[in-house]
Amino acid sequence: MSVHRHGGDDCKGACCLRVEGLGVVAEGRTILRSIDLHVHCGQIVALIGPNGAGKSTLFKAILGQQAHTGSIVFERSGGEKTRPLMGYVPQSPAFDPGDPVSVLDLFVSATHRRPVFLPVPKALREKVRGCLARVHGEGLIDQRLGSLSGGELQRVLLALALEPLPHVLMLDEPFSGVDVEGELQLLRLLDELRRRFDLSILLSTHDFSNLADYADKVVLMKETVLKVGAPREVMDSPEFAAVFHLKLKGGER
Amino acid sequence: MMELWYRLVSLLPFSWAEAGGLYFMKNALLAVLVVTPLFGLLSTMVVTNRMSFFSDALGHSAFTGIAIGALCGFAPMWAAAGFALVLSALFTIVRRHTDLQSDTIIGVFSSTAVALGIFIATFGGGSFTKFNTYLIGDILSVEPGMIGLLALLLVLVAVLWLASFNRLLLSSIHPALAGSRGVRVALQEWLFTAAIALVVTLSMPWVGLLVINSLLVLPAAAARNLARNVRQYHLFSILGALVSGVAGLLISYYWGSSTGACVTLCLALFFLLSLLGRRKRA
Repeated sequence: MSVHRHGGDDCKGACCLRVEGLGVVAEGRTILRSIDLHVHCGQIVALIGPNGAGKSTLFKAILGQQAHTGSIVFERSGGEKTRPLMGYVPQSPAFDPGDPVSVLDLFVSATHRRPVFLPVPKALREKVRGCLARVHGEGLIDQRLGSLSGGELQRVLLALALEPLPHVLMLDEPFSGVDVEGELQLLRLLDELRRRFDLSILLSTHDFSNLADYADKVVLMKETVLKVGAPREVMDSPEFAAVFHLKLKGGER
Repeated sequence: MMELWYRLVSLLPFSWAEAGGLYFMKNALLAVLVVTPLFGLLSTMVVTNRMSFFSDALGHSAFTGIAIGALCGFAPMWAAAGFALVLSALFTIVRRHTDLQSDTIIGVFSSTAVALGIFIATFGGGSFTKFNTYLIGDILSVEPGMIGLLALLLVLVAVLWLASFNRLLLSSIHPALAGSRGVRVALQEWLFTAAIALVVTLSMPWVGLLVINSLLVLPAAAARNLARNVRQYHLFSILGALVSGVAGLLISYYWGSSTGACVTLCLALFFLLSLLGRRKRA
């Protein structure tokens, strides 16, 4: 029951997303309580936990779409506090394969006011191509959303989340529906992006296979934060075993 | 205004288009030219939003509104428009606050509205036949004032489209993504349903309840088979509706059957051709 207040991991005047004492109660049910979380710039933090642990709700709260208690602030390196600009890549986006909506259409509709049923000016098209180039996806610009593979779609949505360039990038289950090759590509890309733009990256995942290769920090959560630390440290912890292994063996819940 | 139109029409190589007569046909042609782009435009989002069943329900509720208006002595059209607006708002609210699938909610609303309409129309032993004109519709009886109103509606919808189409599209294809980018998804949904409600209600006496939904579904359904992006989607949908509308009107004039039915059959043909012409899309 102890709320894990981890020491030695404070923002300390560094550029950082700081979540403190966050709680969410919906329809009389506690979904999240006393969540403390720090994500430094340039860090990749992986959020793990069983289904229904509240990961998506935490994302919604950070995005400002979910009423919550506690505070969420973004500190610049000088210590100046602002409302963070969030980039969000939603979970397993299912687009209707028949929708006549191209990648260009999606970009323009999300980032500009100029209606997409009118011809897209050349300058705007070039701008979108530039955004897609950040994820090495320039060639996808005229593809329909429904015709993209899982990995391509994640890259397109990632490019969209990077426009305008956010402070914090959040990805909800980015590896679901993506094959092994696509996952590796996506990870290389995230690694490149955080270096290039000094981004804080927060992602949720069920895939622990190469967690240790890319995550700087792993947060194990179920309603609240159970364990925070380096990937190995968390995966070897009794909390991790309690949440995942015992459930697999005995189904004692 | 109308004089100018009549003079323009007289340039057409049809016997009914000659100056000095058959004004009903000339009015009907103008009405078709106004109404079909309107439906072609709305159609794109009705289909993308999976609301074809909903627009059908709105048509039915419009009939109920007319019955209520007739009972209370309001102008039936405005009573119907008001009723449809209330219903679309209720529908949006119920959909957001319950776990029910939207097709279930639509079923509930639609059947209730129809039952209420028939109840009111036949209240105290009233006859239903006076409502028959709404079922089939009669575009040949459209008057210049009404065409003006429909044109105003077209302008309003075009303005809505220019001002908020991007947000509407994003809300429709990915609500979570739209929300994360600051789009008020519920507002967009309601604006759109309200627009459909108004258009369906105000054009029903001319198009007819039984075929009005075809105008909201078929143009975009066919355009989807051909289009690769949103621009082509709009272009094909509007052009398809326009051409089918004019062709349907001409067929109904020369063969003497209901205009609404002829337009729908032309649209169905357009859909069939689009299926055949469906290319391997990128």
